[in-house]
Amino acid sequence: MIPAGFEYHRPADLTSAIGILQEHGDEARVVAGGHSLIPMMKLRMAELGHLIDLQDIDAMKGIAVGGDTVTIGAMTTQHELIVHDGLGAALPILREAALQIADPQVRYVGTIGGNVANGDPGNDMPGLMQCLNARFDLTGPDGSRQVAARDFYEAAYFTAREDEEILTAIIIPIPAPGTGSAYIKQKRKIGDYATAAAAVLVGDGTASVAMTNLADTPIWSEAAGAALAAGDIDGCAAAMLGAIDPQEDMRGPVAFKKHVAAVVLRRAIDSALSRRS
Amino acid sequence: MKDEIQTPADRSANLKGMGCSRKRVEDVRFTQGKGNYVDDIKLDGMLVGDFVRSPYAHARVTAIETEAALKVPGVLAVLTAKDLEPLGLHWMPTLAGDKQMVLADGKVLFQGQEVAFVVATDRYAAADGVAAVEVEYEELPVVTDPFRALDPDAPVLREDLAGQTEGAHGPRRHHNHIFTWEVGDKEATEKVLDEADVVAEEMVYYHRTHPMPLETCGCVASMDKVTGKLTLWGTFQAPHAVRTVASLISGIAEHNIRVISPDIGGGFGNKVGVYPGYICSIVASIVTGKPVKWVESRMDNLMSTAFARDYWMNGRIAATKEGKITGLWCHTTADHGGFDACADPTKFPAGFMNICTGSYDIPVAYLAVDGVYTNKAPGGVAYRCSFRVTEAAYFIERMVEVLAIKLGMDAAELRRINFIREDQFPYQSALGWEYDSGNYHAAWDKALTAVGYDALRQEQAQRIADFKAGKTRKLLGIGLTHFTEIVGAGPVKNCDILGLGMFDSCEIRIHPTGSAIARLGTISQGQGHATTFAQIIASEIGIPADDITLEEGDTDTAPYGLGTYGSRSTPVAGAATAMAARKIRAKAQMIAAYLLEVHDGDVEFDVDRFVVKGAPERFKTMKEIAFASYNQAIPGLEPGLEAVSYYDPPNMTYPFGAYICVMEIDVDTGEHKVRKFYALDDCGTRINPMIIEGQVHGGATEGYAIAMGQEIVYDDMGNHKTATLMDFFVPTSWETPHYTTDHTVTPSPHHPIGAKGVGESPNVGSVPCFSNAVHDAFRPFGLVQSHMPHDQWRIWKIADDLGLHG
Repeated sequence: MIPAGFEYHRPADLTSAIGILQEHGDEARVVAGGHSLIPMMKLRMAELGHLIDLQDIDAMKGIAVGGDTVTIGAMTTQHELIVHDGLGAALPILREAALQIADPQVRYVGTIGGNVANGDPGNDMPGLMQCLNARFDLTGPDGSRQVAARDFYEAAYFTAREDEEILTAIIIPIPAPGTGSAYIKQKRKIGDYATAAAAVLVGDGTASVAMTNLADTPIWSEAAGAALAAGDIDGCAAAMLGAIDPQEDMRGPVAFKKHVAAVVLRRAIDSALSRRS
Repeated sequence: MKDEIQTPADRSANLKGMGCSRKRVEDVRFTQGKGNYVDDIKLDGMLVGDFVRSPYAHARVTAIETEAALKVPGVLAVLTAKDLEPLGLHWMPTLAGDKQMVLADGKVLFQGQEVAFVVATDRYAAADGVAAVEVEYEELPVVTDPFRALDPDAPVLREDLAGQTEGAHGPRRHHNHIFTWEVGDKEATEKVLDEADVVAEEMVYYHRTHPMPLETCGCVASMDKVTGKLTLWGTFQAPHAVRTVASLISGIAEHNIRVISPDIGGGFGNKVGVYPGYICSIVASIVTGKPVKWVESRMDNLMSTAFARDYWMNGRIAATKEGKITGLWCHTTADHGGFDACADPTKFPAGFMNICTGSYDIPVAYLAVDGVYTNKAPGGVAYRCSFRVTEAAYFIERMVEVLAIKLGMDAAELRRINFIREDQFPYQSALGWEYDSGNYHAAWDKALTAVGYDALRQEQAQRIADFKAGKTRKLLGIGLTHFTEIVGAGPVKNCDILGLGMFDSCEIRIHPTGSAIARLGTISQGQGHATTFAQIIASEIGIPADDITLEEGDTDTAPYGLGTYGSRSTPVAGAATAMAARKIRAKAQMIAAYLLEVHDGDVEFDVDRFVVKGAPERFKTMKEIAFASYNQAIPGLEPGLEAVSYYDPPNMTYPFGAYICVMEIDVDTGEHKVRKFYALDDCGTRINPMIIEGQVHGGATEGYAIAMGQEIVYDDMGNHKTATLMDFFVPTSWETPHYTTDHTVTPSPHHPIGAKGVGESPNVGSVPCFSNAVHDAFRPFGLVQSHMPHDQWRIWKIADDLGLHG
């Protein structure tokens, strides 16, 4: 559990960070909260020459709640999401999900940016961001661009982010007033990834549904959302079950995961519907 | 004087003796991060060792290339079996009479096995050195199934034993067979089974798990080449035994070895055995002349140092149609991994598995255990239990439930009509033990009343009706257990480990001003010995517990003893403590009589003083007696006030308990919630009720983990699948149930203070209780037996197999 040697960088601004990425190419990785990367380094499953710590870049921190959107700096911790004054009212599902990530110690350090950028299928935020139709700000040597969360995830640990880009912020549209939402996660214990988790938004004739850790990417199903928007819960569940592709692991066999996925999804739908106004 | 106006009750309270919930004196340092653990030890020039471990479960080691590693900055040496062979240390004896490779000698037998030991200036350099060692392996067929291991054509695991048909515990009948251990009357038991009204048969598997102490195993070895003295700090549950064994293995004279167990962060049996890291650190210190530290990572700990359980227990239980049990038969297949490194008393290769008749009056019984080699890590230690007692308790408490199903009886009533009655103690069990004392019916009735058992059964019946009517998807399980432990190993006439008798010891010195120091042969790993043993002394000789220092774990200062495991500290060393205290009290009586100018028989002990019989105003306090013992010439008495006792117990002690669990189960997700867990423990005389309650909470939480999710899993290739805390379940406060504790008191008749030990009871009792709750929830739908751990997917699978998912 001892990582191989590496150079540690702690730039104070984004330009410097990108410069270091450019200089060292795929020898370099950025680290936010480090809860995914550092264990991989300790296991020597990730070996890299240069670690770029982003924690001194103030421009990547903070939460701005606007009229139509919420903008969250990538280096904002899960804890900051939970305790923020206006965020809970604008996006109650974000707080609900953040409270189900790991434990308080992890949430004090773990960031939303690290959670969405790493492409780990176990992370909770990617599926939620797809449900909310969030966009990610990516900044590289040639400037900034935005990528929709629904287009970002390609495979486990593979995303639309280029090697020399840094995910700097997350822009989330605020759902229409009266929209009901719920994030339900089944896990084995505190600190575990989901056996199955569902993010559900239900508004007036609209719906969005995404699930986590049931494929090598988060699964947002347009058909499932459309069915739910039309009030067809069975159709929503059927569409989602058709889209997921869970693998057997220590959490259980495929049949169990599919069964639990349907149960968790239906419970999230029930909860979201009950919160609609 | 102030204390002249104190009542005897005041003076007694001032002692904080037995029965007082005295706060733990250890916790001041533990809660402030000021403990002193092995990894806190830092010595000048200290080096660090780390292992190259096998990625394969079974392979030949054809070459080990160390050149690149030796070029890594900071790496000083790489030890392999070839380096240890001239010293005769490439293999080491195990506690079970087998031998184990210290470093891979031509082959490896489990994933994670130690192959080479890299010594470097710091742990970073050591890890880089480990990564640079190149080992060539030639993979061999892997056996992880103990039944498959006994097939005639199974791969030969232990080539070193070729042709050896006799093992440490009798004949070996197959190349992967270790021993067969038989107890009881086979013929009579089979006759009862043949003729019984009812026979229930079941395979009960107690899965492989791991004690997982928060602090992993480790040591610091320091060989002083000038004095020739080896000092070994380590996470040892039995420091004195380690010293003797180290001397016998290494040839270093025992007086030149000093073993020190500093603060230990939990042991639970994991720290009883001898591990390759200890041997390699000692050799490395001798070779380099510098102190060498080795501390396991979490993965090292879960993969290579001692596991627990892994018993396949095939049982048959016979009864009359009214439910009176008439016989018990058990054949166990014990998966020991690549080497037999069980930590059991030598004459008991399956530990005290023959306590498997439990709390019941079973006239005839038979037990056979076959030990088997597989490509898994060695171990088989007593994880928070006396040797294999959890396996035995789980077996009988499952068999009783299975019998209740067969008979269509309530499981609480079935237990009640089969308990050993109070008037039968001391009770001779069919498998050879003499139960010292008990009152099982009283405990059982108290427990059933406390939880409102009849009302719970009514609620359960309503729940089943609601479930069948589609009104709920949650079932209610009521888990019952009545367990009997056998702890306090043990009488030297039948208990030894590697020939070392299992007595224990205490030495007490009273200082001239009336405070004291006591040293014991045991070693606390969190049990609170410094708190509780001082309370025994306080009550026995009237010195306040706060004025008594307790020391353990340094073999240069503490009296010899066999250490702490198997709930033996209070039954054995606690007895030694009381006996040593009584020797001091006897001398104090003579001193008091001299000072009071009366005959010895004319004074009597009164809390913290001796008083003249019939003249309570004439007395000498223990403080006054202590001062006089050193500073006044007393005819016929040596100066000083100290004593030592080596206590060889006449029998084991037999703590027991009645546990009841109420559990809600979601049949659709496999999730559960423990609604109530009631634990009644009878550990005899209670020394510190607060510490007992803490022990019950801790042990029941480990039991909860084991029953509901904690396991060591290997795939068919022998890959270890649960080597991190992501997959190896350790409950946080969030998962941990709330516990209700209760007690009865049935003192041990042969123990000086009547105490029986309690640390392990809650693990022994809670595992079957949680498991029985799961089984009970599904009993109305036809479930008879489903193996632990009852994690979410397995509970879901029970429901699925029973057709409860529609």
